[in-house]
Amino acid sequence: MKSILSVKELSVSLGDQTIIKNISFDLDQGESLAIVGPNGSGKTVFLKTLLGLLPYQGTIKWNENARIGYVPQKIDADRHLPINLQNLLEAKADIQRLSRKNIATTLEAVELPKDTLQTPIGHLSGGQFQKALIAFALLGDPNVILFDEPTASLDELSEEHIYDLLNNLRKTRGISIVLVSHDLSVIPHVADTVLCLNKYAVCYGPPKEVLTQATFDKMYSPSHKFVQHAPDHHAHDRH
Amino acid sequence: MRRIIMRTIVTNMADTNLYALILALAAAVVTGLVGGFALMKRMTLAGDAMSHIALPGLGLAILFNVQPVIGAAVALALGAVLIWEIEDRTDLATETTIGVIFSASLALGALVTPSEDIIEALFGGASPVSLATLAVYLLLAAAIVLFVWKERSKLVLSLFNSDLATVTGVNVNRLNIYYLLAFAATLVLGLRFLGALLVGALIIIPAAISHQFTHTLGKFLAFSAAASVLSVATGFWIASTFKLDTGPTIVSVAAGLFFLSLLKKKQ
Repeated sequence: MKSILSVKELSVSLGDQTIIKNISFDLDQGESLAIVGPNGSGKTVFLKTLLGLLPYQGTIKWNENARIGYVPQKIDADRHLPINLQNLLEAKADIQRLSRKNIATTLEAVELPKDTLQTPIGHLSGGQFQKALIAFALLGDPNVILFDEPTASLDELSEEHIYDLLNNLRKTRGISIVLVSHDLSVIPHVADTVLCLNKYAVCYGPPKEVLTQATFDKMYSPSHKFVQHAPDHHAHDRH
Repeated sequence: MRRIIMRTIVTNMADTNLYALILALAAAVVTGLVGGFALMKRMTLAGDAMSHIALPGLGLAILFNVQPVIGAAVALALGAVLIWEIEDRTDLATETTIGVIFSASLALGALVTPSEDIIEALFGGASPVSLATLAVYLLLAAAIVLFVWKERSKLVLSLFNSDLATVTGVNVNRLNIYYLLAFAATLVLGLRFLGALLVGALIIIPAAISHQFTHTLGKFLAFSAAASVLSVATGFWIASTFKLDTGPTIVSVAAGLFFLSLLKKKQ
C-alpha cells in the first residue's frame, strides 16, 4: 500500500531537553496509527512535530498528495468569544479558498444538526465542540487527520460516539488517522497500529500483538525515559 | 430626525471644523473594528497602554517643529515592532512587554514634551483640520478597514488557536506584527482629538458594549463600530454645545453607553 507519511530517525529537543529520540515509521493510506504513552512522554510534541509546528532532527516526508487535517487537544482561546461555529468554519473555507457549500456536507459527516452553525462556540457541549473541531479538520477533504486526545474530558457515551465517527470516516472516506490517546482500552477498536512512546518507541505494531504487560511495564517505568535503547526499539522494525 | 441631529451637530461645529468631525467619525469606525479584535485577543488593556508610546514621538515632533502626528506615528510603529520583537525573543506576555515600554515612553514623553503642550498631547484637542490632512487620515482609515476585512478570517483563527491557524496556512507571527501595526495606525487616527491618555478608551469601550449584545462575529464588529461612532458623534455634539473638551466628553459618553449596556442581560 502507498505510504502517505514516512518518518526516519526523528528526534525533537526543546531547549536542552530531548523529548523524542530516534523514531522511525511509515503510515499507509487508510491506516490508523495510535500513539500511546504516559503523561509527559512526548505524544503531543510528536504530533506537533509531524505538523511542522516544532523544529526537529531526522526526516518527516509527507506524500505530495497529502491533505492534512488536525484536531488539537486543547483550545487555548476564550470559549466565550463572540464567534459562532459558522464563523469558525467559514474562516477556514476563506483561508483555503474552499467553497462554503462544503460546510453543510462536513456538518452532516460529523452528525451535527445544521442549526449548530448558529451556536456560539462557547455554548457548544463538550461532545459538540469536539465534533465541531472534527468538522473543521474535514473541511478541505483531507486524506489524513491527526487527532490529539479527541475524547479528553468527554463522558463515556460521547467518547464512544467520537470513536464510532472516526471509524466511519476511515471506512467511508479512506482517511488515514494518527491518533494520540491516553485510553488504551479503545486502541484495538480504532487503530491498526500502535506506537508506544516514552521518549523512544517502546513498541510498534498491531495493538493485539504489542500491547502486552511487558510493554506496559516498560512504557510506564519511571526509569525508562533515561535508559539508552538499542536500535531494536525503533518502530520501523515492523516493516 | 437623523438629518436634524446632523444639522445641529454641523451648525454647532461651524466655529471649529467640520473636517475634524469627519476625521473623528472615520477614526471611530476604525477603533470599533480594531477594538473588536483587541477584545477577542484579550489585549484591550495592553492596547490602552500602547497609546502612551506615542508621547515621546509627539514631544520630539513639537520640539523640532514637525507635524506632531508624524512623530506619534513613528513612535507607535517603532513601539509595535519593538513589542513584537521582544515577544518573539522572550517568554514575556504581551501585557508585560507593553507595560515596560509604556512606562518608559510615558517617562520619556514627559521629559521631552514642552509643558505648555503636554495637556493637549495627553487629552487631545479640537484643533482645525485641513482638507489635505483629512484626505491622508481617511486614506489611513480606509487602509485599516481593508486590512481588518481582508484578514478577518486569519485573525479569527489565530485567536481561536494558533496551532490550528498555522496548520490551516496562516503565518501567525507575520499576522501578529501586521495587527500590531494596524493597531498603532488606529491610535494615530484617534490621537488628534483624544490624546495619548484617552485614545485607548475608544478601542476598549465600544467593543465591550458590543460584547453585551451579540455572539456572532459580523454583528459584533458592526455593533462595536456603531457604538464607537455613536460615542464620537454624541461627544462632539455635547462638547460643542456646552463648550467642553472634546476628548474627555467623547470618552465619558462611551463610558455612559457601556454602563447602560450592562442593563442588557446577556443570553
